[in-house]
Amino acid sequence: MSAVRMGLNGDEKPHVLAVDDSVLDRKIIERLLTNSSCKVTTAEDAHGALELLGLADGQQNFSNTVSDVNMIITDYCMPGMTGYELLKKIKESPTAKEIPVVVVSSENIQTRIEKCLEEGAEEFLLKPLRQSDVKRLRCHLTKDGNPTDEGMLCVGR
Amino acid sequence: MERNNIRRQVALMRQSLFTQGYLDEQFVQLEELQDDTNPNFVEEIATLYYRDSCRSLQTIEKSLEKTPHDFNKLDNHMHQFKGSSSSIGAKKVKAECQQFREYCRAGNGEGCMRTFQLLKKEHATLKKKLEAYFQMARQAGPIETASRPK
Repeated sequence: MSAVRMGLNGDEKPHVLAVDDSVLDRKIIERLLTNSSCKVTTAEDAHGALELLGLADGQQNFSNTVSDVNMIITDYCMPGMTGYELLKKIKESPTAKEIPVVVVSSENIQTRIEKCLEEGAEEFLLKPLRQSDVKRLRCHLTKDGNPTDEGMLCVGR
Repeated sequence: MERNNIRRQVALMRQSLFTQGYLDEQFVQLEELQDDTNPNFVEEIATLYYRDSCRSLQTIEKSLEKTPHDFNKLDNHMHQFKGSSSSIGAKKVKAECQQFREYCRAGNGEGCMRTFQLLKKEHATLKKKLEAYFQMARQAGPIETASRPK
């Protein structure tokens, strides 16, 4: 399996913020995303993610924030703030609400899925994630809402 | 050829991990993430899993020692542990996790404790098998894993 590398221009790589409290799952999602030619930043909890986005309550220090996040993938079950609560905060933010958010969970609970989709999640996927899931998400990542050549990455799985 | 012989053994070891039910499809997914730029990815994941899960098991063990059992807490801990086990494709371990969670929901402390012992056994067995497998695989050099239609 070869990952199609997106040119030499770093700007062309979509930037994905992956949030998961499991160090194991963070490592796996990072690899899955890198394999799909994405630039990845990880956070180990929702609060960390909000800080990276510059959305944490009372945030003063913005030196560690990341820019140009094209998608957020978050685990649902996390200690402290859940992925659902993180999703809500993102969708309430005037600056971040347009960023597609994908929620992942190891539990297939219909009400949970509905709740996340109603709150504006792009997709709800079951863990463990597969390369095919990530490749498909990669297709949704377009700058202007129109399929581009990047759609090539979705072929063949 | 010695190397071919080792490679054959590695392939057989690998196959038996699946046929004997120790690993499931998720492990194959991880293997597919391994390539020249990440030649030890699967072993790194396994190492991370065992480091992480040992801690989880200790936490659960301590929780089980406290009575009355806090089934909610036990269930939460096990949910996390089950997740990790699932991420690495540890099929038998995952099954014991599921059983444990069912006992938690039923408020069955005896069942939890019994299942926990089985779980630890499966966890340890898989660890030994994976260690042996990775060691053999390293001797064999890079091998082709079963190619699957993509």
